[in-house]
Amino acid sequence: MHGAGYESLKHFGLCLSSFNLAPQHFGCKQVDQQMITFLVFLPFLLGFVVIGVYAERKIAGFVQNRLGPTEVGPIGLLQTVADLVKMLQKEDVRPKAIDKPLFLVAPIVIFVSIFAGFAALPLTEGVDGAGFSVGVFYLLAIVSIDVLGVLMAGWGSNNKYSLYGAMRAAAQIVSYEIPLGLSVLCVVMYGQSLDLQQLSIQQGVLSDAPAYFLGVKGWDVSEVGGFLTWNVFTMPVLWVAFLIFFIAGLAESNRVPFDLPESESELIGGYHTEYSGFRWGVFMLSEYAMMLLVSLLAAILFLGGWNTPLPNIGGLQLATYTTGPVWGAFWLAGKGLFLIFLQMMIRWTYPRLRVDQLMNLSWKYLTPAAILLLFIVGIWKLWML
Amino acid sequence: MIELSGFAVVLLFIIGAAGFVVTTMLVGKILRPVRPNEEKNTTYESGEDPVKSAWGVFNIRFYVIALIFLLFETELVFLFPWATVFANEEMNASTDGLWGMFSLVETFIFIGILLLGLVYVWAKGMLDWVKPKPQKSTYRSRIPASAYAHINQKSYEKKQA
Repeated sequence: MHGAGYESLKHFGLCLSSFNLAPQHFGCKQVDQQMITFLVFLPFLLGFVVIGVYAERKIAGFVQNRLGPTEVGPIGLLQTVADLVKMLQKEDVRPKAIDKPLFLVAPIVIFVSIFAGFAALPLTEGVDGAGFSVGVFYLLAIVSIDVLGVLMAGWGSNNKYSLYGAMRAAAQIVSYEIPLGLSVLCVVMYGQSLDLQQLSIQQGVLSDAPAYFLGVKGWDVSEVGGFLTWNVFTMPVLWVAFLIFFIAGLAESNRVPFDLPESESELIGGYHTEYSGFRWGVFMLSEYAMMLLVSLLAAILFLGGWNTPLPNIGGLQLATYTTGPVWGAFWLAGKGLFLIFLQMMIRWTYPRLRVDQLMNLSWKYLTPAAILLLFIVGIWKLWML
Repeated sequence: MIELSGFAVVLLFIIGAAGFVVTTMLVGKILRPVRPNEEKNTTYESGEDPVKSAWGVFNIRFYVIALIFLLFETELVFLFPWATVFANEEMNASTDGLWGMFSLVETFIFIGILLLGLVYVWAKGMLDWVKPKPQKSTYRSRIPASAYAHINQKSYEKKQA
């Protein structure tokens, strides 16, 4: 299982050995490797949305003590497929008052900007997508374009509900981008790299550098691997950063308890009120894509990325057995899906925030807390040198 | 073998995503009906006929938030490259740790100034959104609460099947 992966890893190591931001390292990957992430992520995303919507309903049913979908297919498994087919057959209603170009392009802008974010994600060892040395930077930049799409949809619809929803969404996404960026910055300071693949390698047995459990010198666990070398365990302060990232991630993907932009009880559908049929479906697709992107990013930055959670215990080399290209993809997907499960449980457990609480949480709690974390991580990092 | 740069892969993702959405919309075009009428194409406003266009003046608060965001985001842009080099081991070893200390203190001052800005807008009340002020009803029922006690405290036997 190792062969090809290790070769490319070595190649990759050569690319990274010099300074981080050098432009010539943008192109040091073979075409087949680069195509892989695209060919994996698009079908995976679509499959995930089909399963995810079904899971969401089943989890909602479980939380609220009902059954969820049961009729279409065995235990309702084909419910989402039926919904998709229905959505394709729905008439594409375009109200007279809309600004046509904005209205039609908006869903494409939103989906494209979020999906382009997947390009920077390292799928497994040796397969690192775009292979940017500035992956984190690029990811934060391209996903921000999502706000433009939301505003285009809200403004283009020429509907009061849509416009209020879009304005709320823009204010919310923009506000939570600050704590999100700051918590990511903490990880970058700790890992000393903007490259998501390198950040992943650092958190496992494949790394050459020593890793200290809980940051205590003397507890070198770089040979033990497993969950002990994940960022949150070698740098316990990052648990707080992870929490901030997770909360901000919920807000970025407009999920409950931050779903004010599309709060159906007051704004009908928010910025997608006027959309119907599959054009509306693209908004839903984008929401699930955003959930997946945020969860995968959280897994990569804090929870070891594609590294195995099983440590080497003496002769029982569990970490070494469960490390490899296929295992890597499995662990990354597993961690991402677990975080999505958490997001869904939160959706059906907590009530929605009020607008003033939403803004307070971002600017008066999360942002100062994230800046404080930045100070702590900076001092800690220099202390540990 | 052709070598693609990282940005070519991004272009692939962008074209792929746009292509997927457009293709699906075209497939939908074959399947879906097109029967527009006057009522259907009216802007939705909970069943009322819409009065005036939605394009109008908007609350200045959103603009202020956007400005504050812009300042913080610019700060972040400057901090990311710094974060990758401030704890560089070679640099710190050759300057006896001065490299890290100096850049860290410098950045703390940089963030400190920005933090001052946050405190300023906070104190100015720019971050306070409109808060609902719920008013308690002054109405007092003449029926005492104890009148319901026998209902509230009643326990029901489980029905035997």
